[in-house]
Amino acid sequence: MSLIQDVAGSGGPDPIPGPPPLPRKEKGSRGLSPGATFALRKTGAALGTLFFVLVVNFFLFRLLPGDPIGMYTRGRNVPPEQLAELRAELNRPVLEQFLTYLRNPFASTIDSAQFNRPVWELVTERIWPTLLLVGTAIVLASIIGVWIGIKAGWKRGKSFDKVSTGVTLTLYSMPEFWLGMILLIIFGVGAFGLPGMFPIGGISSPGVDTSSLAGWLDVAWHMVLPVTTLTLVYLAEYALVMRSSLVDEMDEDYLTTARAKGLMDRLVRRRHAVPNALLPTVTLIFLNLGFTVSGAITVETVFSWPGLGLLSYEALRGPDVALLQAIFLLFSIGVVLANLVADLLYAVIDPRVRS
Amino acid sequence: MAVLELDDVSVTYRSAAGPVPAVRGVSLTVDTGSSLGLAGESGSGKTTVTSTVLRLLPKSATVTGQVLLDGEDVLTMRWGRLRAVRWATASVVFQGAMHALNPVQRVGHQIAEPIRLHEKSVSEPTARARVGDLLEQVGLPSRVAQSYPHQLSGGQKQRVMIAMALACGPRLIVADEPTTALDVMVQQQVLEVLAERVRDLGLAMVFISHDLSVLASACDDLAVMYAGQVVEQGPSDQVFENAHHPYSRALGDAFPRIGDMRFRYSPSGLPGDPPFPGEAPSGCPFHPRCPQAREVCSTTEVQLRPSGERRWSSCLFAPEVGT
Amino acid sequence: MASDQQTPGRPQGRRAIARARRREALGRGWRQFRTHRGGMAGLGILVFFTLVALLAPVLFPPETISVTQATGELLAPPSAEYWLGTDDSGRSMLALLAWGARVSLTVGIAATLISMVIGTSVGIASGHYTGFGGATLQRLTDWVLVIPFLPLAIVLATVLGGGSTLTIIVVIGVTSWAGTARLIRAQTLSVEGRPYLERSRALGSGNWHQMTRHVLPNVFPLVLTNTTLTVAIAILSETTLSFLGLGDPLRPSWGSTLDQAFSNGAVSAGAWWYIGPPGLCVVLVVLSFTMIGRALEQIVNPRLGRQ
Repeated sequence: MSLIQDVAGSGGPDPIPGPPPLPRKEKGSRGLSPGATFALRKTGAALGTLFFVLVVNFFLFRLLPGDPIGMYTRGRNVPPEQLAELRAELNRPVLEQFLTYLRNPFASTIDSAQFNRPVWELVTERIWPTLLLVGTAIVLASIIGVWIGIKAGWKRGKSFDKVSTGVTLTLYSMPEFWLGMILLIIFGVGAFGLPGMFPIGGISSPGVDTSSLAGWLDVAWHMVLPVTTLTLVYLAEYALVMRSSLVDEMDEDYLTTARAKGLMDRLVRRRHAVPNALLPTVTLIFLNLGFTVSGAITVETVFSWPGLGLLSYEALRGPDVALLQAIFLLFSIGVVLANLVADLLYAVIDPRVRS
Repeated sequence: MAVLELDDVSVTYRSAAGPVPAVRGVSLTVDTGSSLGLAGESGSGKTTVTSTVLRLLPKSATVTGQVLLDGEDVLTMRWGRLRAVRWATASVVFQGAMHALNPVQRVGHQIAEPIRLHEKSVSEPTARARVGDLLEQVGLPSRVAQSYPHQLSGGQKQRVMIAMALACGPRLIVADEPTTALDVMVQQQVLEVLAERVRDLGLAMVFISHDLSVLASACDDLAVMYAGQVVEQGPSDQVFENAHHPYSRALGDAFPRIGDMRFRYSPSGLPGDPPFPGEAPSGCPFHPRCPQAREVCSTTEVQLRPSGERRWSSCLFAPEVGT
Repeated sequence: MASDQQTPGRPQGRRAIARARRREALGRGWRQFRTHRGGMAGLGILVFFTLVALLAPVLFPPETISVTQATGELLAPPSAEYWLGTDDSGRSMLALLAWGARVSLTVGIAATLISMVIGTSVGIASGHYTGFGGATLQRLTDWVLVIPFLPLAIVLATVLGGGSTLTIIVVIGVTSWAGTARLIRAQTLSVEGRPYLERSRALGSGNWHQMTRHVLPNVFPLVLTNTTLTVAIAILSETTLSFLGLGDPLRPSWGSTLDQAFSNGAVSAGAWWYIGPPGLCVVLVVLSFTMIGRALEQIVNPRLGRQ
């Protein structure tokens, strides 16, 4: 990355006479480049958020009304020595407990009440199905959503814009699990004379070896409905955001410059308007990742998709407090890290952020 | 020979409140190697007039009349021909270069863009070399090509704009308030660079500004616009020193010259605001604000008439010629 | 400015002028709103659902949604008697939807009130106080903004005890204020730089006076716009939380109805009348708030008018 130092300042007068001051290439820089400072600052902020998450996660569950031990061990036969250990742990001074917790937030001494297994083990094996489902949906939704947003925003007020804005606003107002259930009834169970075409739940058919090609196809077949549901819900947001950032760019002078140069409308859009409008869109998409997680929880529940979302639902129905704690932590870490990646990515694609 | 000839050009914007005439019957001529200054307050229609040259007006605008660029009517051109003419025959130095440059592209890339577009045969290294050369012509070292707009000062950005306007060797440059947002000192430098390039390359130029003194120093001829019409036209020094229209005089006085006794005791300014487009008063549109207005000014339709050697004015009390 | 021209001895007159001006501004806003087709459509839908919610006890006596006193066949498709069919306890879907409107609208509006009060106070305070306090509030806002909503809400609801409408209101209220706070903070910062606030400071007005008398009236239009958009989000959140089983089973909202439908196998039974209508109601109400919010946004911020 060639970093250029900003010596021009904020529009101060050029010294006269002689040529104006010039940007200098910085080689073997002493001190930190603006880019590195930016990265450090953002990393610091992310660490701050993570600490806050840890504090919330720890203290919230210490505020449980009633008997916390009963809460943690509900519906489970716990050997007396383990119960004593738990009681001893919970009776230590809170600050001391917190410090222990900070040292390793994942090594919970309390097992999942429902599954009778260490929570961390449970949680880690559920990460991949969720990443597969949500990742596929995000990729599809951002491609389709951005495309719709560009097309609608560039020809604002035309029929495509009117129709697509109506559709995306409606999708945006839709509970994603409801859309999932509707698709499931129509295309999974079969209704209104349609035969059920797609599996009604799970990640694969029983007895299929998921490492074989046939297994992969089976998984893909199971993914169709949940991915469609999530894609439709996510793309609504992406299309609306892209459209409004493009509309914000439409009156910018540099587009008139591009037209005056003789560029075709298509090139003005592709080379100038879209790259500028994409920047705020990317930030907003990442900022709203929390919303993506909500979709994963309910849609996985509807489609019995064995990921973190379904696990959250199962933990909530318990309620399995230790498991909930771990899931909350994991989702939060995921979103905070994704935000950090977005910030750093933003610095790479927007030259203005670097300096 | 005339590079640009506007003949009875009118521009009307459609709006929710009905049609808004922004320019009304403007005729102007710019010859090869000569420069025309276009003066007026904001809203007088000067930018709208020049936007017709490359047909850069929004879709809500209707243009009538003729805009001849090198003898060819821009208004009736097909899109393909228009795109070929844009920047290659006439280019623009835009107002406020801060926003006229794409913030996320290196300026070298932006300068090279019209070259690559209009001269398909130019190779990448040649284009790059030409960009460096253009930057040096406007007093910037070629390595500025690697910078992003936000890394440059206002003056530097305006120089980049000038380099960009020169990229395809146009015959006409339209400079739309190129110095307005700059510090006075930088203004002078940018003005000199622009004037020098235009002179050396023998280009024609239309220069828009509200500052009559800037126009007088940069242009051969001056046209003063008010409420969408040209109210006075003539050689710049004459219009500046001895205006034949009260509005030109007021506009000139709005920028006091230091050391000139005239300005010391009579701080001048024009009362009131220009009329909203479409609400121009009857008779001479300037009469409500005119210090010399008489009864007759509100009832008599005015038009541009000769008022001296190569001079025209629409004021009823301008010197009569040929009577 | 008008208040400056008043003599100090006539607070009555001053207030009357303020009232008259407020009325005039409202009238102007309403006239602008009326020209906005989407906004008017949203308002129409909203009025309809509000009436349904208010009239539910009259139209459908409470026993119609009682599980034990239900009269219909179980899971029956729409018929002349039950226009939208029945649920798995034989209750009329139409009655369930009307009663659900009460819960969904109440929760949406109450949660929004909490969220707006927190968001506006934090936003104004963090914009007004430049020192450590303001910075801390800003950090807090950023943190809450990043933490994923649903996991946080689930955790909070578990701690507070699920199965109660009040819990849902509080949970949504305390998790959804950060966006508002950030917006209000930005607006406060721009108001803080204006001359009349400087004048007020120079005259020795206190922080409270500055914030309530100068900043608040200026950020208020933004608060109003944001409120309608937040209600939309709050209703969606209520539906989601109820669907996950956190709602009050005795007072079924649209989300709880969907939870019941899902848990009792309405999907595999193909009972589309049990699942379709509650979700459709959510979509309509959320959409209506969104449309009203967008219309208000255009009135408050005309720069957006071109959208």
